Amino acid sequence: MSKTLQPTTLSIALTGSGGAGVMTAGQILLDAAAHCGLYGLMTRSSGPQIRGGEAAAMIRLATQPVQTPGDRFDLLLALDFENVERFAAELPLDSGSLIVVDPAAGEVPAFLRASGAAVASVPMAKLAKTIAGGRVAMIALGILAKLTGLPESSIIAAIAASIGRKKPEAMEASANAVRLGASEAPDGGVARLALPAEPRSHPRWSITGNEATGLGALRGGIKFVGGYPITPATEILEWMAGALPQCGGVLMQAEDELASINMIVGASYGGLPSLTATAGPGLSLMIETLGLAVASEIPLVVIDVMRSGPSTGIATKSEQSDLNIAVYGLHGDAPHVVTAPLSIADCLLTAQWSVHLAETLQTPVIMLSDQSLGQTRAVIDRPEDVEFAGKRLVLEGDPTNYQRYAQTESGVSPMAIPGTAGGQYTADGLTHTPRGAPSSQARDHVEQMDKRQRKLDRFDFGAHWAEIDGDGDLAVLTWGSSSGPLREAVAAARAAGIQVRLIALRLISPTQPERLAAALQGVKRVLVIEQNHAGQFWRYLRAHYALPDDVVPIHCPGPLPIRPGEALAHIQQGALA
Amino acid sequence: MSQVQQHDQIPSFDSVAEFFAQALAIEVEAAERYTLLADQMEVHNNREIAEIFRKMAAIESEHRDEVARRAGDALVAGRPVNFSWTAPDGPETTELEQLHYLMTPRQALMLARHNEERAVSYFEAIAATATDPAIAGFAREMAEEERQHVAWVDQWLLKFPADEPGWDEDPDPPLYSE
Amino acid sequence: MNMIPTEVRALKPADYKSAVKPVWCPGCGDHSVLVAFQRAMAELALPPEQVAVVSGIGCSSRIPSYTSCYGFHGVHGRALAVASGLKVARPDLTVVVASGDGDGFSIGGNHFLHACRRNLDLTYIVMDNRIYGMTKGQPSPTTESDWDTAIAPGGTGLSPFHPLVIALASGANFIARGFTGDVGGCAKLIVDAVRTPGFSFVQILSPCVTFRSDQQKAWKSLVREAIVPETDDPARAARRLMTDDGFNLGVLYRGKRLPYQPRPSDNLTPSHFESEFAI
Repeated sequence: MSKTLQPTTLSIALTGSGGAGVMTAGQILLDAAAHCGLYGLMTRSSGPQIRGGEAAAMIRLATQPVQTPGDRFDLLLALDFENVERFAAELPLDSGSLIVVDPAAGEVPAFLRASGAAVASVPMAKLAKTIAGGRVAMIALGILAKLTGLPESSIIAAIAASIGRKKPEAMEASANAVRLGASEAPDGGVARLALPAEPRSHPRWSITGNEATGLGALRGGIKFVGGYPITPATEILEWMAGALPQCGGVLMQAEDELASINMIVGASYGGLPSLTATAGPGLSLMIETLGLAVASEIPLVVIDVMRSGPSTGIATKSEQSDLNIAVYGLHGDAPHVVTAPLSIADCLLTAQWSVHLAETLQTPVIMLSDQSLGQTRAVIDRPEDVEFAGKRLVLEGDPTNYQRYAQTESGVSPMAIPGTAGGQYTADGLTHTPRGAPSSQARDHVEQMDKRQRKLDRFDFGAHWAEIDGDGDLAVLTWGSSSGPLREAVAAARAAGIQVRLIALRLISPTQPERLAAALQGVKRVLVIEQNHAGQFWRYLRAHYALPDDVVPIHCPGPLPIRPGEALAHIQQGALA
Repeated sequence: MSQVQQHDQIPSFDSVAEFFAQALAIEVEAAERYTLLADQMEVHNNREIAEIFRKMAAIESEHRDEVARRAGDALVAGRPVNFSWTAPDGPETTELEQLHYLMTPRQALMLARHNEERAVSYFEAIAATATDPAIAGFAREMAEEERQHVAWVDQWLLKFPADEPGWDEDPDPPLYSE
Repeated sequence: MNMIPTEVRALKPADYKSAVKPVWCPGCGDHSVLVAFQRAMAELALPPEQVAVVSGIGCSSRIPSYTSCYGFHGVHGRALAVASGLKVARPDLTVVVASGDGDGFSIGGNHFLHACRRNLDLTYIVMDNRIYGMTKGQPSPTTESDWDTAIAPGGTGLSPFHPLVIALASGANFIARGFTGDVGGCAKLIVDAVRTPGFSFVQILSPCVTFRSDQQKAWKSLVREAIVPETDDPARAARRLMTDDGFNLGVLYRGKRLPYQPRPSDNLTPSHFESEFAI
């Protein structure tokens, strides 16, 4: 497997079970690396047990920002091998990798031996026992410090900042264990990253996609959230439960998703920008009321953190398979907006933009995030602030002859916020007249349908609709989180002399035919790459966009991530035209 | 103090065979419960404790087989005549809520020891109140056997030092799978 | 009980357990509910293939695959609806519904009302731990108002409601409460619930060892066998349940409603109806 794809990154996996503290150790490693000026990200995998189960922390460190897990692991540190076969497909190793094991863990499992990786033994459990209060995970961190080149002091500082705060008395033991681990680490075997000599000038953050979404929502001006717990979106609600009230807003846990969506319709009708966060099964429940919001022209944002489906599926794994329901799920003709963030950092911008769009266009916006963005923690450059100037058009001034659903050129009509004298109207899912009275007249039906379509058609979504770069007659078309591995693959392809354009859509609906046509000027072959079984994005493009004749759809479902190397192989294949 | 069903009613038996049938039910349940506990600990990657519980299950199974021989034809369809599946847990059965996924070998053995001691008290109580001297005699024998089990567990316990503080610390937060 | 077995098989509790090992945390009350269920089924001598266990989503709802009965692990909150359809379609089966306080009383609240009202011959076991365990600790409708969680810092400020009162007011015919610290007692209640025709609701207090480790000890000292014998008078039951502190165990109400079971009225073929259209 070529290493040229990721010369400046290092991928480390930690496995262990039953209270070993693998996730926490991985987090500490990432934190330490961040404080040394490195970038990186961490994903996790675990068994079905709520506590004590087998767990894997997967960390990628880099000297430049990375957005996606790499193709392989340079290093696997196994505290034990309990049920580690569970992670076999997620831990690609090869003859260039190093596995550090505790001999007490027993024989190295076949799938690991088959990789050809080198194996080094360190009796971590025994070493931990030589220190009063010493823990195996701390020994492991010491070993990792030595192998990766991170100073022991950075690890110890990271421990102090996390576990150390809760248990200061354990710090001495932890620090000693780290030092002991470092001194007992095997020699070499792993290429180290060059640590930056000076501190980074650009401020950086350590953040998950779910947290970035919450922050973006706050920036967009959300003031009400009604939500119901569901994996993998619950963290958005829990983060906003703390932050939103401090920003003048309110969050309520609803009894279910039907209540959530109806609550935010109510709050928005009352004038507050409103949002909920859910996953596929929850979105399914919200569909009817989303139609109500479209018909009654009530702004709201629904964050869908997509997970592997259908039905209950695999709740802790990622997939991009809710595009169909987000775009087509509503009964009747019910145009609305669907967006999709392109990276963890982009969750902030896209959430903020989604609020702006919802309020400006008085319509629901469904933002298709996913588990790989939502629950991965990454060290990123602090995103640039963006100003979205849009706000809700409300009735102001003279209310004489006010018509809530008046025909306007833009299609957006002023909304009377309850409390505004003279603006009283009844919001309705029934087909209505411009004044808002129920109507079964053909003319009203067509006029209002035209109005709601027109407001989306005539709106200038601007440059944010997609990220486009590169040249050449080969283009890669993708959306949402797939952009991460593709960006890395495209960079590698270009470095190898392949000209390729990358077009990553942030706006799924409404379509932008002229813009895509301009982006595809001169393109002869298009690769459409996405993470679902049925090729939902590809079929959507075929239905609504003009594409060159030569389209190669590449779609594979979750739960495994699309690796940059796989994507590069597709691009190289595509370039042989 | 909880008023839920306690096994504090000392049963009386009409025959020796009935006594052994009840004793058998106790051993069967104890063995099955240890297997259940072993499975739980195995699923949670605590192999050391799982092994301890499997050993205890094996010991109880042996005891069960022996008692089954003595019970002989007192059993109807493998169980005592007046047996009810809805009776409280037997005196030798570990309470399910006593487990912790990080429990130490010492704690597991103390649970086992507690079970054996309760069994001792149970059989001693029967011996003390039985009107049939044969039943009383067999009850005393059972009590003695259980006492031997206590001693045996005590020996086993010697291998394990006192629990260290922080035995139940898990730096990782709970996870979810749905 | 719904079915007289044509042959009495010597069924033991072990016959009702599948080979799948539960992933519940060691110490979780749900383990005791599973044991109680197995014992109850053995006591009732119901062949496992004649029993269906229907559940929703959550830790408690994992139970069907741990039994050797027919199981249905549905979507969140809808177990009662699925079970209702199953029971009407197959009145010969014994249908047991299992869920938790979040699944059953929050998202499942509406279906709870109507299942009680409809009074089909079902047994509904709710494993109540006053928390959302599976999603890591959000408050449920039975959580105390001051219980601190990430999603409701400082507590919801909302009074928990009384599921047993709701069951009574909605028409449930059998209402009982158990505690997992008494496995035999829970088994007895399940036997009684299944034997009693109509909608039988059993709330089993089942402590969550991970998110509410305080509960096991606290509840053990708070529960008691209900001092007052069970009643069949809804008004008396209403008063008792409204003043109940949530820790009285046993059968608290046993009504006399006949179970609802719609049946076909005849066995004609569709062609019988052509005359309606013939000119």
